[in-house]
Amino acid sequence: MASRARSGASSPLVELTLARLKLFAREPELVFWTFVFPILMSVAMAIAFPSGRATRVLVGVPSGVSGSSLTKALEIAEGVVVKPVPSGDELRALREGEVHLVVVPGDPPTYRYDPARDESRFARLVVDDALKRASGRVDPWTAPEDRVQVAGSRYVDWLIPGLVGMTIMGTSMWGLAFPIVQARMQHLLKRLMASPMRKSDYLMAQLLARLAFLAPELVVPLGFGVFVLGVPFNGSVFALTTVSIVGALAFGAIGLLAASRARTIEGISGLMNAMMLPMWVLSGVFFSAANFPDVAQPLIKVLPLTALVDSLRAVILDGASVASQTTELLILLAWTIVPFGLALKLFKWR
Amino acid sequence: MANVPALCCDGLVKRYGSVVAVDGLSLIVDRGECFGLLGPNGAGKTTTIEILEGLLEPDTGRVEVLGLTWAASERELRQRLGIQLQDTQLSDKLTVRETLRMFRAFYDEGRTVDELLALVDLGSKAESWVGKLSGGQKQRLALACALAGRPDVLFLDEPTTGLDPQSRRQLWELLRQFRADGGTILITTHYMDEAELLCDRVAIVDQGRVIALDAPKALISSLGAPRVVTHEGTLEDVFVALTGRHLRGE
Repeated sequence: MASRARSGASSPLVELTLARLKLFAREPELVFWTFVFPILMSVAMAIAFPSGRATRVLVGVPSGVSGSSLTKALEIAEGVVVKPVPSGDELRALREGEVHLVVVPGDPPTYRYDPARDESRFARLVVDDALKRASGRVDPWTAPEDRVQVAGSRYVDWLIPGLVGMTIMGTSMWGLAFPIVQARMQHLLKRLMASPMRKSDYLMAQLLARLAFLAPELVVPLGFGVFVLGVPFNGSVFALTTVSIVGALAFGAIGLLAASRARTIEGISGLMNAMMLPMWVLSGVFFSAANFPDVAQPLIKVLPLTALVDSLRAVILDGASVASQTTELLILLAWTIVPFGLALKLFKWR
Repeated sequence: MANVPALCCDGLVKRYGSVVAVDGLSLIVDRGECFGLLGPNGAGKTTTIEILEGLLEPDTGRVEVLGLTWAASERELRQRLGIQLQDTQLSDKLTVRETLRMFRAFYDEGRTVDELLALVDLGSKAESWVGKLSGGQKQRLALACALAGRPDVLFLDEPTTGLDPQSRRQLWELLRQFRADGGTILITTHYMDEAELLCDRVAIVDQGRVIALDAPKALISSLGAPRVVTHEGTLEDVFVALTGRHLRGE
């Protein structure tokens, strides 16, 4: 260290970038949110949406009838869990999701369920099949089953690239905006402007430091997904790197724009949440954006997070090439150039 | 070159809305001089010094620093000036050495980081985080950042406000060394004793105008009346003599 210092001046861009990286590494909270949080999310999602085995069917029966032929018929059915429900409590149990369907004994029995719920409709099919079979229904024929598991078709496989995209968005925007606003509040930006530092060096260093911690940000959650959760990685490292860098630059530029004038942490927090929240919902991180009406689709498609997440999924799950992602990459490039240009114009150093 | 004053400003005006912060202020500071800007809070000292530092643009008026204008020679001037602002907080989680290395990197020429550490007596704190430094140590670090490029002119905006007497004296010593090497200083302060000790000339600023300008002694004798600036020992001197300036082990 001393020998480097003795050699006199090193490059301002290098020193500014190093300073930014050190400041990041010395904030344990930032490190936590960047690396540990996406892993915890993935684990939680993997537990909440298991996919190795059939979905459990929770069937409620009146408390008095346990041990009856009805419950026995239900219990031998695949995936069915029978739960006694006190009479008068059925609607609450259904509403809370404690049971998917309640069977009221009778001849024939009554199914009480909400057909608007997918799991309840599924439960009705399973229960109906089990009870009729127990009553002696003879099937005209039985189809032979060829059970396969397609790699990458589980929810968690679909989710992990989305979480990686969301992490890139969050850390790029926060990673740029927060330190800049803090430096402005501390009058550090003003002090730097009083030195011969070039403005472009400062802004460039923020972006470079951003890219430097992009590598662990990708490797940690993706490595966890691939090696622990068994998410397939079908793409090339080159395509993944390209898409991630372009995405990180886009969100870095958006973060820079958000931070160009903000003077308080509260101000920048509000602005960032206002920008990120719609994308968390609309861009298909947790559930497919196809759930939104068709009129909204063109708008959703041009959101930077949609472009990034779609592209990451294509690369990671389908092994898509960089060339096939031209549209998404162009959308992200536009989200880099326009906000960066605006930020340079609007940026306040004082 | 020697005839060109270090600083020269003429008819500076700066308004913030309806408030006139600087109201037709003119100054000339010679090379090698230590010049003090005194005045109550809100007198326009900081606005004036920031205009001279090229951080603020005056509404009207002309500024020349080392014979150069900010509009034409900003890059050269930034290399030749050392600036300490009133309320800069350096990054808490960088070490003293890292902070100096970053500032040093901005200058084409200048002292090495180790020389700077020795200069402001922070060698033993080189690997400490800035956030762990005392107020006096932080001010010395800020001064070291300002001295990183071997400046010709040093701007100091209330460098000793809030410091204990030992730390103030340590800073004064550093400024005397800077002057002994031929440097020019423009300093703002609230402390009359400080101005008298350090400054060749002082300007007293009120409501954005210079209301008096002369050597401190000349000002005192011209005022005649109750001395703001004392020649005799002060309570502070007694305090320092009793508590000892090397007591802190800084």
